[in-house]
Amino acid sequence: MCHITVENLKVSYRDHVVLKNVNLEIPHNNITVIIGPSGCGKTTLLKCLNRLLELQEDVKISGTVLMDGVSIYEPETDVTELRKKMGLLAQRPYPLPMSIYDNIAYGLRIHGIKKKKILDEIVERNLKAVGLWEEVKTRLKNPASSLSIGQQQRLCLARCLAVSPEVILCDEPTSSLDPFSAQKIEETLLELKKEYTIVLVTHNLRRARRLADYVGFIFLGEFIEYGKKTDIFENPTDERTRAYISGESYLDSGPADEHAPTAKRKDQHMNPDLIIERKKEKKVLEITGI
Amino acid sequence: MKWSHFEENVFKTLMVAATLVILGSLLAVICVVLFKGVRALSLSMITQTPKGGYYLGKEGGILNAIIGSLYLAFGATSCSLLLSLPIAFYLQKEYLNPRAANLVRLSLDVLWGVPSIIYGVFGFTIMLYLGLRASLLGGVVALTFLELPIMVRAVDEVLKMVPHQLKEASYSLGATRFETMFTVVSRQALPGMMSAVILAFGRGIGDAASILFTAGYSDHIPHSVFDPAASLPLAVFFQLGTPFPEVQERAYASAVILLVMVLLLTVSSRVLTKRVARYVVR
Repeated sequence: MCHITVENLKVSYRDHVVLKNVNLEIPHNNITVIIGPSGCGKTTLLKCLNRLLELQEDVKISGTVLMDGVSIYEPETDVTELRKKMGLLAQRPYPLPMSIYDNIAYGLRIHGIKKKKILDEIVERNLKAVGLWEEVKTRLKNPASSLSIGQQQRLCLARCLAVSPEVILCDEPTSSLDPFSAQKIEETLLELKKEYTIVLVTHNLRRARRLADYVGFIFLGEFIEYGKKTDIFENPTDERTRAYISGESYLDSGPADEHAPTAKRKDQHMNPDLIIERKKEKKVLEITGI
Repeated sequence: MKWSHFEENVFKTLMVAATLVILGSLLAVICVVLFKGVRALSLSMITQTPKGGYYLGKEGGILNAIIGSLYLAFGATSCSLLLSLPIAFYLQKEYLNPRAANLVRLSLDVLWGVPSIIYGVFGFTIMLYLGLRASLLGGVVALTFLELPIMVRAVDEVLKMVPHQLKEASYSLGATRFETMFTVVSRQALPGMMSAVILAFGRGIGDAASILFTAGYSDHIPHSVFDPAASLPLAVFFQLGTPFPEVQERAYASAVILLVMVLLLTVSSRVLTKRVARYVVR
């Protein structure tokens, strides 16, 4: 049985549909990568899975999300229990305003683990799992904000692992990091795949190719295609997927490189429809503010 | 010279000038008060209560006013802290819908602008109705009314600034709303909350009008909350109102004491704030 099943998920913000037709079957112990241009609804999808999205106002979510065959959008669902099972690694690391030690112990304490000895043991184990232990073992009482941003992201991953989730949701976890830190995170994720189901969102196709077992493509709020990595990358069925994958260097470049000469040159050769689509997409972004 | 450079220079000059004016006025206030009051400053000022004939220039001090002011300001600040924390947390979008919250914010802003004598008169009316006389309790209540809107709005603004992603980080670990708000959000906002408390305390300890009718004035240190209490702002006011130069000098000396107290408190709270700010995530 699949770990997470999504059927006909639709999300609207006020009267505006930001995500539709999402059908996904996420298997156990695999990395499923959701790709698509920025602002197309990837993060929205991720936040539907751990029910973080409903914290925002004016959001309407319909459809079914099943975890191990049980719907998570039932009135009797224990949301905190669900979120504990679905760890989240955010785009920018946000350590809690506490010491390095307390950052990891926080999750354990709220779930009732108070004994110092057990806490110590779990903190150490998870810091080791993300390769941070050697760097911080002498300064566990220091503020987490004193770490470098790459270390902070690994700390966030350790914090997420400490509450023993089943799934790790990653929202472009390496996009704000330097290449070296990014690589460390990626290596860790590949290692963690053995024990956890990982859903990763990215607009970076190279990263998707490196990490993915399964790939889903979202474009302008519409879930286009989903399948094995090789199927999507080598033989996409939808024209839009093909365009996105082949236009890699343009669509993937992000705002910083947008005016670079190479990008411009690519622009001229690009399918005019796609350019219009991109303009539309920008508008959607402005409207939704996401 | 290029226009943009000219523009840059003009605005920089304006900013520097405005800052200098403010710093200059602060310095001027301190200098004038010190200059006029330093001769009357003595140890007995802060160790003795007024003896007979103090207001005619005889011996004694204003210990009653120092203690009274501390009682009043600490009492009112504690009361408004107890009340304002729940209000400020409730105003966040996790609890109250933003439209209603903004209505509450608007009314608090109006209350912030209400002159303190109005709180004094209001408190006095209630006390008359209840048959109470001027007392420490009445003063604390009136000052609480004065400090509450300041503290709520300041804490509210600090809480609003806490990034949403930080709350999401806590929620995604399976934390409840309560755990998130009171462990993560409040820690992140702690330095700002301390500034809010100091802001309110400063307003409370320096206010004369709201306690004029409600706390009254006495030459003794209050022994219970039903005793009238003296206060430093009123000590300044009354002594300055006498026709005797040596008593007027003591008014300035009292002002010096009030200034030093506020200064000490602000500086020590700054030090403390810096210590807790170590953990804040930016």
